[in-house]
Amino acid sequence: MLEWANIIAIVMMTLSLLMNMWRMAAGPRTLDRVVALDTMYINAIALIILFEIYLDSVLYFEAALLIAMMGFVGTVALSKYFLRGDIIE
Amino acid sequence: MAFWLEIVVSFFLVAGAAFALIGSWGLVKLDDFYMRLHGPTKATTLGLGGILLASALYFNFNPDVAGVSIHEVLITIFLFITAPVSAHMMAKTALQKHFDYVGGQQDPLNHPRNVHTIQEHDLSGMDESQIPDGDEEE
Repeated sequence: MLEWANIIAIVMMTLSLLMNMWRMAAGPRTLDRVVALDTMYINAIALIILFEIYLDSVLYFEAALLIAMMGFVGTVALSKYFLRGDIIE
Repeated sequence: MAFWLEIVVSFFLVAGAAFALIGSWGLVKLDDFYMRLHGPTKATTLGLGGILLASALYFNFNPDVAGVSIHEVLITIFLFITAPVSAHMMAKTALQKHFDYVGGQQDPLNHPRNVHTIQEHDLSGMDESQIPDGDEEE
């Protein structure tokens, strides 16, 4: 049962990543694309963790943690750049 | 692996993935920027929290995997701290850029209720120094 639940969850996360990619391609403004990128890294962390449960190993936790930290820094830097025209003043 | 634990882990996996899917569908469907900011920052973060909870239950109660794994707790704490901060930064940028929104004007001071209040307010009895000029916040 866990395998089937895992496969269903992987399919749902893939669908949500595809929807984020559509918003990233069709967003009317640049900040919509930033929001889509923010959602995409959160969904990528979820997909990595589902893949870990599927493989039954704990190898990829560091990758998920690094994606979380770097995604946050990237989102804040992009928002700051579009807010003021400069990242560090 | 116990059957009840399998049921709990499967429930949290599917529920978390459903929350993330609903959040991403809101990102596609909703109309303006401020509405679209709600879907990813709340629903998707909650969905990832559910998936991380399922992963923590699976790897801590599994007799095949040795030891206690606290990585999921680390990711959960970090993500639940940083997601509101990044959402606040994006909302602040959108407010600064005066993004228009559905059912309203760009400038909230031009709302009919505020315009009505300003017109009804009688300033004739006050001298110049008592009239607020709106720069007091700086």
